[in-house]
Amino acid sequence: MAEEQKTGTVSGVNGNMITVVFDTQVVQNEVAYVLTGDMRLKSEVIRVRDRVADLQVYEQSGGIRVGDKVEFTDELLSVQLGPGLLTKVYDGLQNPLAELAEESGFFLQRGLYFPPLDMETKWEFTPTAEVGAELRAGETLGTVPEGIFEHRIMLPFGWSGKWRVTEIAEKKEFSLKEHVATVEQNGEQRQVFMVQSWPVRVPISNYSKKMLPSETLVTQQRIVDTFFPVAKGGTFCTPGPFGAGKTVLQHALSQFSQVDVVVVAACGERAGEVVEILREYPELEDPRTGRSLMDRTIIICNTSSMPVAAREASIYTSVTLAEYYRQMGLNVLLLADSTSRWAQALREMSGRLEEIPGEEAFPAYLESLIAGFYERAGLVRLYDGSTGSVTIGGAVSPAGGNFEEPVTQATLKVVGGFLGLSRDRANARRFPAIDPLESWSKYPPIVERKKVRQASDILRRGNEINQMMKVVGEEGTPISDFVVHLKGELLDSVYLQQNTFDKVDGATSAERQQYCFEKIIQILHQEFQFENKDQARRFFNQLRQLLIDWNYEEFESDNFQQSEEKINQMLNGQES
Amino acid sequence: MKKIHHRIIEISGNVISVDAENIAYNTLAEVTTGDQVSLAQVIRLEGKRVYLQVFAGSRGISTDSQVRFLGKPMQVTSSENILGRVFTGSGTPRDQGPHLRESMIDIGTPSVNPARRIIPSNMIRTGLPMIDVFNSLVESQKLPIFSSAGEPYNELLARIAMQAEVDIIMIGGMGLKHDDYIFFRDTLEEKGALTRSVMFIHTASDPVVECLLVPDMTLAVAENYAVNGKRVLVLLTDMTSFCDALKEIAITMEQIPSNRGYPGDLYSQLASRYEKAVDFEGAGSITILSVTTMPGDDVTHPVPDNTGYITEGQFYLTNQRIDPFGSLSRLKQLVNDKTRPDHRPIMDNMIRLYADYRETLEKRSMGFRMNEWDQKLLRYGGLFEERMMDLDVNINLEEALDQGWQTLAECFESSEVGLKSDLINNYWPQNGSNSQNSDDQTNGQDQTD
Ligand SMILES: Nc1ncnc2c1ncn2[C@@H]1O[C@H](COP(=O)(O)OP(=O)(O)O)[C@@H](O)[C@H]1O
Ligand SMILES: [Mg+2]
Repeated sequence: MAEEQKTGTVSGVNGNMITVVFDTQVVQNEVAYVLTGDMRLKSEVIRVRDRVADLQVYEQSGGIRVGDKVEFTDELLSVQLGPGLLTKVYDGLQNPLAELAEESGFFLQRGLYFPPLDMETKWEFTPTAEVGAELRAGETLGTVPEGIFEHRIMLPFGWSGKWRVTEIAEKKEFSLKEHVATVEQNGEQRQVFMVQSWPVRVPISNYSKKMLPSETLVTQQRIVDTFFPVAKGGTFCTPGPFGAGKTVLQHALSQFSQVDVVVVAACGERAGEVVEILREYPELEDPRTGRSLMDRTIIICNTSSMPVAAREASIYTSVTLAEYYRQMGLNVLLLADSTSRWAQALREMSGRLEEIPGEEAFPAYLESLIAGFYERAGLVRLYDGSTGSVTIGGAVSPAGGNFEEPVTQATLKVVGGFLGLSRDRANARRFPAIDPLESWSKYPPIVERKKVRQASDILRRGNEINQMMKVVGEEGTPISDFVVHLKGELLDSVYLQQNTFDKVDGATSAERQQYCFEKIIQILHQEFQFENKDQARRFFNQLRQLLIDWNYEEFESDNFQQSEEKINQMLNGQES
Repeated sequence: MKKIHHRIIEISGNVISVDAENIAYNTLAEVTTGDQVSLAQVIRLEGKRVYLQVFAGSRGISTDSQVRFLGKPMQVTSSENILGRVFTGSGTPRDQGPHLRESMIDIGTPSVNPARRIIPSNMIRTGLPMIDVFNSLVESQKLPIFSSAGEPYNELLARIAMQAEVDIIMIGGMGLKHDDYIFFRDTLEEKGALTRSVMFIHTASDPVVECLLVPDMTLAVAENYAVNGKRVLVLLTDMTSFCDALKEIAITMEQIPSNRGYPGDLYSQLASRYEKAVDFEGAGSITILSVTTMPGDDVTHPVPDNTGYITEGQFYLTNQRIDPFGSLSRLKQLVNDKTRPDHRPIMDNMIRLYADYRETLEKRSMGFRMNEWDQKLLRYGGLFEERMMDLDVNINLEEALDQGWQTLAECFESSEVGLKSDLINNYWPQNGSNSQNSDDQTNGQDQTD
């Protein structure tokens, strides 16, 4: 018994926004298709006034005519959730890009959509619930292996109340088309499949409670873990002008962070940068699992020349996929590059709707949308007692590199960590160019907080002395101050700076950071006796070289120990 | 067959409106006033009301001008006969040649599927050490020249284009001075490159809407060649004029500006053009070199700012030189490890020393004493500017690297430059340090003979 198709008629076109006169009723944010020529263009209802709905079209709107038919689907913009998401590369609407390429070649083709998950692939289902069990939405019926994970097959998140299992499959292979269980509530029977659909703008909240993020998420970036840490379930942002290293930092985080799943949202930035991930990650090994890095990665790729409305949606698509894997008790890291492009997409649409603009023409509700997005991060206790987390790190691309702009400011209000990238540091090739004097984090570092404060203090003083020295010259600076300055520089160049592209230096384990930071603290505390500034400078230059060499040695290897021995000798030599 | 509409309802800015039915968004119409014909494009539909942007501007259009809808979007010819030709932004010939109406293709085509992109790997040699050595240009890169007004940016573009080993050169001129247009045409002609070039030229005196069309027309032709296996170099100058045209039109359309009058979609507009740069696996490529003049010399101005977020680096052109600081080729690391083993170390060390030189200059200007090291740096800085930075220098990469070693050796002891010993052993010039350059040596030999 097919339901009656809800339809409407195009009455206006303005860029990628169309107005549609509808026949019966529409739902805010429901998906509709504009039938133009032989194409069906996906769109979403974004405003309703009287009998007229405004729709954003997820494609270029060229060729649409007044009078074209529109079919409404009654479904909110949704993603498909099930085994097979890992390793996939999707556009902002969850179209698999590789499959699209097979069909349409070099170029994306308007109106061409593919199912996000392969419906034929068989997955070995192992039941965990028994007939008679009463389950809530989000509770597990069984699992299938997906790469190294036990992918949980859960009762669909939107089903309210308790459902009794009346039938459940044996351990066997199924495709996503086949149901694996039947459940019942008040006489209503429903089949459960291994795939479910979920509206992207609605957070998945099938857990017992949200908890305060307290455990450090180790990124293996020294300046992050030791100074401006990220927590599992926390949020942070990395604003910076172009060329400051936002993308390189995000790539490093996606590669080296100690989490289970990474969702990379390439939102409105260069396509070429995604290609590096696409082509390189399958070849890179994840040292935690010995598998390819791609095995734990999902890429949502709606780069700058792809349709703007789909860019807006891509942020929600990404976070929904992240939440889905959190439901399996996994730690998920979502990296969005760049949230500013998402905000700009909102601005473009708001302009077409002729809404009253806020600052820099961003819509007045920008702040609450940004807050709502980061709010979807979190550490949660699931119904079965296990925990899972979604950590969100958003790059921000402020106009003119000036942090006093709406997107950066709105973001700073809601995140737990601010890793500000500075043009000066990037120009001086001090990478990662996170400004150690401006950045902050509310999360616990992997070393003693007290020691971090001591180190930061030296940095700050060293910087002040350096500023002063620019005015009065080296001659006018007391040697004690000069040494503080040298200590600050040393800390910066051998600990804060890190060679992202080096096999060893690129990733520093928590253990190694703890070990090496002790050495640094020891140096910072040590009283040095120098006859003059030249001698001091020479000493620190040499020490710096030794420490850098040390950074390039495999942790706890023979060379590592020999390097350390040299450092110790130098330090002892000074003492005697 | 096509119905002609006579009653123009509204004329405002470059936009006119008529009532018509069954008109497709973004398609074209011909607006005829007396014997003047201009193309126009549908930019908004509202019930029966059709808003059209008139490419030649609305001046002289009367309420009873004729509007004839063509039922197709903006197109450009992909005919082989296009080579050597010059067109306006709307595709009419600017030279004496015939109109080309065969093999028309759409402009503003969809984006390349990211899954079909490949990692670029070919260096484009330019003969400029500041590019080849320090910020190598890579095939399929998109790179703007951020320039102050009055700098020789068009000369620089033309020079790179003549030097680069590419199959097709596309030039998109926006707001160009007539002289600059002549300059490009003459340069192409002199070097015999005209027959593999196509130009779409909008000059400062042409209608502003045509300026907007230039990048899309240019890139559509480029894309067609690239898909068919050609390596295409696209020069776009000046993209700031393009952005100003966007601004002008947005304001007349009463759109709410976001930043200094520019529309909120400036980023997306620029990105959809620049992202056309691509290397097609198994076919050709598009490399885009553009000019972005910086109003008030300010990088944080919305045009250079949005551009920098999109392109793969930028060259700063100031005081007739490509400035080594701030200039960046984000793709250089993909190619500069395949040239010569000393390429990267020379690049890093020479720049570091040049930065030290700049610091020394600052110290000197503040009246601090110059020590022996400072003196060496001062000497080095001067030579660096003369041999590497001067735009008149035209040498290949290998010669430039040799020059680099020579310069280092003239100014410093080999132990002072921070290069690894095996490189020093291989490359450090044997004639030793301090003031012996090869010319002196030849002279010396002449004397002993
Ligand atoms: N950690 C790093 N180590 C070395 N070089 C870096 C690093 N981060 C950035 N860079 C350099 O800076 C350039 C720009 O970095 P990118 O991350 O693309 O900047 P953004 O995304 O902020 O515009 C890179 O191409 C690279 O040359
Ligand atoms: Mg970036």
